[in-house]
Amino acid sequence: MSAHEGMQEPNYLEFKGKYKGIYSWIFSTDHKRIGLLYLFSILSLFVIGATIGLLMKFELIAPGKTIMDAKAYNAFFTLHGIIMIFAVVIPGLPAVFGNFMLPLQIGAKDVAFPKLNLLSWYLYVAGVLMVVISQFTGDQAPDTGWTFYAPYSFRTAGNMLPAVFGAFLLGFSSILTGLNFLVTIHRMRAPGMTWLRMPLFPWTLYATAWIQLLATPIVGITLLMIVAERLFNIGFFDPTLGGDPVLYQHLFWTYSHPAVYIMILPAMGAISEIIPTFARKIIFGYKFMVASSLLIAFVGYFVWGHHMFTANMSGKALYIFSLLTFLVAIPSAIKVFNWISTLYKASIYLQTPFFWAMAFIFVFMIGGFSGLIIGSLAADVHLHDTHFVVAHFHFIVFGGTGFAFFGAAHYWFPKITGKMYDALWANIGLTVFFIGFITLYMPMFFLGVAGMPRRYFDYDEVFHTGNIISTMGSWILYSGLSIIITNLFVSLKRGVKAPADPWGGSTLEWTIPSPPPVENFIETPIITKGPYSYK
Amino acid sequence: MQPTPGIDASNYVSSFNLAFYFIVAVSLLFMIGLTVLMLYFVFKYNRKKNARAVQIDGDLRLEILWTVVPTLLALLMFYFGWSGWKPMTKAPDDAMVVTSVARMWSFSFAYENGKTSQDLVVPVNKPVKINLVALDVIHSLFIPEFRIKSDMVPGRETMMWFLPQREGQYDLYCAEYCGLQHSYMSSTVKVLSEEDYLAWYTDTTAVTTVAEGSAPGSEGFAILKARGCNACHTSDGSKLIGPSYLNLFGEQQIVIRDGKEVPVMVDEEYIKKAIYDPNSEITKGYPKGLMQSYTGIVSEEEIEKIIEYLKSLNEQ
Repeated sequence: MSAHEGMQEPNYLEFKGKYKGIYSWIFSTDHKRIGLLYLFSILSLFVIGATIGLLMKFELIAPGKTIMDAKAYNAFFTLHGIIMIFAVVIPGLPAVFGNFMLPLQIGAKDVAFPKLNLLSWYLYVAGVLMVVISQFTGDQAPDTGWTFYAPYSFRTAGNMLPAVFGAFLLGFSSILTGLNFLVTIHRMRAPGMTWLRMPLFPWTLYATAWIQLLATPIVGITLLMIVAERLFNIGFFDPTLGGDPVLYQHLFWTYSHPAVYIMILPAMGAISEIIPTFARKIIFGYKFMVASSLLIAFVGYFVWGHHMFTANMSGKALYIFSLLTFLVAIPSAIKVFNWISTLYKASIYLQTPFFWAMAFIFVFMIGGFSGLIIGSLAADVHLHDTHFVVAHFHFIVFGGTGFAFFGAAHYWFPKITGKMYDALWANIGLTVFFIGFITLYMPMFFLGVAGMPRRYFDYDEVFHTGNIISTMGSWILYSGLSIIITNLFVSLKRGVKAPADPWGGSTLEWTIPSPPPVENFIETPIITKGPYSYK
Repeated sequence: MQPTPGIDASNYVSSFNLAFYFIVAVSLLFMIGLTVLMLYFVFKYNRKKNARAVQIDGDLRLEILWTVVPTLLALLMFYFGWSGWKPMTKAPDDAMVVTSVARMWSFSFAYENGKTSQDLVVPVNKPVKINLVALDVIHSLFIPEFRIKSDMVPGRETMMWFLPQREGQYDLYCAEYCGLQHSYMSSTVKVLSEEDYLAWYTDTTAVTTVAEGSAPGSEGFAILKARGCNACHTSDGSKLIGPSYLNLFGEQQIVIRDGKEVPVMVDEEYIKKAIYDPNSEITKGYPKGLMQSYTGIVSEEEIEKIIEYLKSLNEQ
């Protein structure tokens, strides 16, 4: 529409501001540049985390020591967890695509507090640095797992304080991003964009932001309590000081379960953008999609106890948590039904982002259904703390969030970079990655049912076959990942120029040039209809 | 393991199966149905065949249908999980009682007649209640074939119970991550016939495990092994969590006492102190707080035998 006038305006990549070179990025308050700062930080950490995962899987290819000893293995799964959860999956979609796309999709020039937005990224980097420092200073690297369970986290010689403080800083970064998005969504929607004319990705960011704002402080204070306990021997959690280790688990999961919804809601939002665009069709049951996001965010606060079914809580608490866990699955099911119904009588344009969305729905269903199994009390008593749980949450946070992240990366690649990616290599990468993913994580379900506990450096011979298959899967998955990431970087250099709207999308970001101008919209758009209006 | 077909290993196997396979069956039905439907739509409504989409913004009846039906199924799933779990919460009054003590990184089982064992030995078809005691950090007692698991939380008195229904040997693992040797913290459940169990239970002659061979100090080594000491201390000089036994006795050591480095002579008094009050003096270079006192677990006579073993290592 306003593409012609847009030609005069410099785009955000070419814009010359006060600062030059690297400073024009790390001092920029442009939400688009900050989104890319996050993208590169998160992508680098993701590659490190995935490489650690690859080494861990290689260690497990046979019983006994293969390439590392138990000490290194324990330090590796701790680092893998901290990096992947706190520094990759939680900030992943909101901080990268949320930052970049939220203002574009609601017709705003930036987020509400651009400086606070940059501060969030600095806090993020500081948190990551603290975690890195914890690895190389002190007596030995932290070895508690990413959950820092008391009282082991007080007994270990591992260098806990910097790691815990790093997680605390990452939490603060998350709180500030959430606050920023909440105000942006409330105050900065374009004229005419009523709540029910807002696209679904901003809606999921909105639900997520409330969780970030309300739940993250709980883990913040809990991590500070660990610090206080270790420094001053206060006795919150350590039984030898009169504390209660189960209290720690409650506080930890009161945040860390809602955090799962921080990870998955924006992923669902991205899928809800991709599907209507490539189906050329209004999303089926828009209001139900909105309501289910809000419901997931709300009910998600009250299910944390399902991480503790064997921790000796009171019986009443146990079955109430179990019941709520089954109920929180319903809004996710509603989303799946609506996504698939959107394809009915559609006119489907088969492109890479759409394939990612299909793959997402498939692995997300496996993740969700396996979640029902461990939500069941009798089944969880056996499966808790086994490889079944490891398989389940990788299907959700890697299968769910990861697939959506790559789907979103391909979907918005032309908008962000102004180039088209190579579709053939993108599809090859996806196929290899998908096969690797299933081969890596599927056997873990069977290992778990057979009784292999998680966080085991060594295992009995009966578990050998499953582990061999799983390790081979990790090689395939890693190859797929390399193809996908390499292809995106090569396309950044060699890709053909992208038009403003390569997919025929209907949301606001496709009405402005690719890459977008610094100020996003030359003229403030006036909204007169819902987000997925196709003729 | 010699599984007798038709008999479940414990009373929880059938209720686990009901809760588990019901969800698996319903899930597979939905998974396959939805995946096939999705693929069908993708083929049928490809834009090459269907150039124009029909705009349908929703259907209230469908939304109600796919809210209500999954909710009912979920409630049913919850019910099977709840009904399978309910019996776990209260042990029968006639259950025999065993106390399991977990520490980094071993389990031990104490019986009412004072007998202790590294394995969990129980008679078939008699309910067993296990009092769960953790001395240092959280552990979790997990018997996969019995479909049962319970965390062992330091400072809390908890229990689990089960009815072993099939004779045989079953693996027992620690399922809650507890540090370096977590994956080696395991034991065996031996389910014996009534007579075999009674014979084992009344045989209190060998409270510690039978000595292996008659080499000097072999009794001491058997005690160290039985108490799980070797999870952290080695006999060959290599460093695990604590100092090695090799060339230890009679040597000079630097220890940290009240934050100061002090040289001490490793003699009988020192060894006793190291076993009964391990955290008062920590050998330089080793972490504090990982070892618990063995007061009441290792007797003074046993310590003498352990010292005999330590001496035997010096002569090499």
